Amino acid sequence: MTRYASIWFPFLLSEHAIRKQPELCEVPFVLASRKKGRMVIDASSKLATQKGIFSGMVLADCKALFPELEMLESEPGKNEKLLLALAEWCIRYTPFVATDFPDGLLLDTSGCTHLWGGESAYIETIKEKMKSFGYTVSIAIADTIGTAWGIARYSSQNIVPEKKQHEALKNLPANALRLNPLILSKLKKLGLKRIDSFIGMPRESLRRRFGPELPTRIGQALGQELELIVPIKPVEPYMERLYCLEPISTATGITIALEQLLQTLCTRLESEGLGLRKATFSAYRIDGDIQQIEIGTGHPSLNTVHLFKLFEHKIATLEPSLGFELFVLEAPTTESVSEEQAVIWNALNQNDKKIAELIDRITARKNTNVISRYLATEHYWPERSVKEAEPLWEKATVEFRSDLPRPIHLLSKPEIVQVTAVLPDNPPLFFRYKGKIHTVSKSDGPERIEQEWWISDGLYRDYYCVEDTEGARYWLFRSGPYEKEQPQWFLHGFFA
Amino acid sequence: MKTEAEKRELVKMFQSKINAMQRLGKVSSEVATDHFAPFSTAFPNQTFPTGALHEFSSYEAVSGASTGGFIATLTGKLAKNDGICLWVSREKKVFPSGLKQFGLAPERIIFITTSNQKEMLWIIEEALKCESLTAVIGEIKQLTFTESRKLQLAVERSGVTGFIHRFMPSGENAVACTARWKITPLQSSFDDDLPGVGHPYWDIQLLKVKNGKPDSWQIGWQNGQFQTFSKENNPISINERHAG
Repeated sequence: MTRYASIWFPFLLSEHAIRKQPELCEVPFVLASRKKGRMVIDASSKLATQKGIFSGMVLADCKALFPELEMLESEPGKNEKLLLALAEWCIRYTPFVATDFPDGLLLDTSGCTHLWGGESAYIETIKEKMKSFGYTVSIAIADTIGTAWGIARYSSQNIVPEKKQHEALKNLPANALRLNPLILSKLKKLGLKRIDSFIGMPRESLRRRFGPELPTRIGQALGQELELIVPIKPVEPYMERLYCLEPISTATGITIALEQLLQTLCTRLESEGLGLRKATFSAYRIDGDIQQIEIGTGHPSLNTVHLFKLFEHKIATLEPSLGFELFVLEAPTTESVSEEQAVIWNALNQNDKKIAELIDRITARKNTNVISRYLATEHYWPERSVKEAEPLWEKATVEFRSDLPRPIHLLSKPEIVQVTAVLPDNPPLFFRYKGKIHTVSKSDGPERIEQEWWISDGLYRDYYCVEDTEGARYWLFRSGPYEKEQPQWFLHGFFA
Repeated sequence: MKTEAEKRELVKMFQSKINAMQRLGKVSSEVATDHFAPFSTAFPNQTFPTGALHEFSSYEAVSGASTGGFIATLTGKLAKNDGICLWVSREKKVFPSGLKQFGLAPERIIFITTSNQKEMLWIIEEALKCESLTAVIGEIKQLTFTESRKLQLAVERSGVTGFIHRFMPSGENAVACTARWKITPLQSSFDDDLPGVGHPYWDIQLLKVKNGKPDSWQIGWQNGQFQTFSKENNPISINERHAG
């Protein structure tokens, strides 16, 4: 059975102002803003309300009645911001939290209240917490959003038992049905002030007289029409939560929590044939701070030991200070674990998994570690003849060639050398590299490699393999032909 | 009473068992592979030690390339066709296209570059612990004895072969390893006097072997195998060539 809680903040803005400036709690004050050239009250404090000042009144009139009334400028959009922050904070009570503008929150409490020992204890806990923040709240739990909303605002009752919406609502004023002011004034004109005076009327006649809103609202309140809440945070389908009885502030405690969450999450994923690709571990601190650590894997994984290892060294980055009271583990990205995908190349399954895990650990450790695998491409230009495999386990489409002489070490940037050659197309006789003169005793070449005009412009290269008198083998190239200016020579690699 | 031959047989068996325990070679009953000829002769039990740590050092870019080539040949023989290797280095230097001629499939190697020495040691150690890898090649600058001992312990447990290439170290301190090598390039040679640069040709010095005989070879790499030339009738000595 679905149960909803509605939280109403009667003095949301004024109590927020008191939170910011505690000295205000002694005096009646209002928050006002300029509308159509005059100051209109947006929110009044508890003390001001007791003196009969409500929102919507003109400030000048109120000042005439109570000259001691304090006034603060109100900030547009403040209540939305506040409600959103409060809604995020309330995620500890249920994953489905929605804001209910202008002054409330909606919680889907189904299956959550027993964790606090029942619905009344649940309400008390939230009330206590809110009171410690300085907010007065009124909370009601019912089967439908409509009833919970009305009860929270217009009744002293807290909990509406299952399927008892009709009884709970019948003595309340018509305002408790979330109707627009036009319909309310029409109802008032007809003398239908309480809900029970019109709830029994045929819906068709209500629709004819008041428009479609009234029967819809009645239906929603009684649970005959479906109403859904839009949670502020989309709930991840794969999420596990762990509440702590006492705030946790030690690394050991966090470790235990993480292990437990991983275990439950992986068991669940396994039963659905999925593996984890990305995981976020969030820790909710007692003072409302939320801290997160994230990991990613190269292969869908269900190995809790491995996943824990990836998280392990990041645990130190969490700052518990007073302690965490809630841990949430989410898996935003999952992938199905299929048999053929598990095979990298043609090595054994088990081996692949271990290597994939090793790679994950190296990746998780530091961002400066660059992991790459290279595949051949159909290019002769040396810099373009290999490409990085993306993803790491990409299958090769082109074979590496071994018929052309290629050095084992290639300089990422060719280095300039000074060369002496007898004739323009002859291999070098001597070359000077890093201040040392090398006498060439043997040479092969040239191997001309042209620029690929569809990729880039530039000069072609004539490559020579040369061996000096000490037995060292180099890969040199001349950039472009001999023309008016001497061409530039470069050293590009070392042969074994 | 046992005969002399039987006794010798018994001693040989015990020795090989001890060697196996010390990870200095396989027990003789296992199929001995002679992929590593002629180097196997220098090692105890005529077996090239796998699952051990081999140390190489080089001081120049050129000998560094030769060392890289030699390591590639050894790794290629170890990996055969299905092994996966890890190549850890400080910077991107190895050209994958150049590896194939040494019998090592470039697409079966995972290259890791990291500039941090501490990080690199951690990666090498973790990789050596991963039994699924065939070999781990680490190009590192410095290696202290303690660090090498840690790597050695990892290797002993997992059976992965580790090749540690110390490139331009500031000093040659002793490290814990099964074998220590030094490779320098030699003038390449052809059997007959063909012009042009020949096949790779190296001077390979095995400076230290546990329980074995250090040795040196002048050896070429040709058509996927080692080509030995006996030391006396080296086809053309360097001096001669100069004179010519």
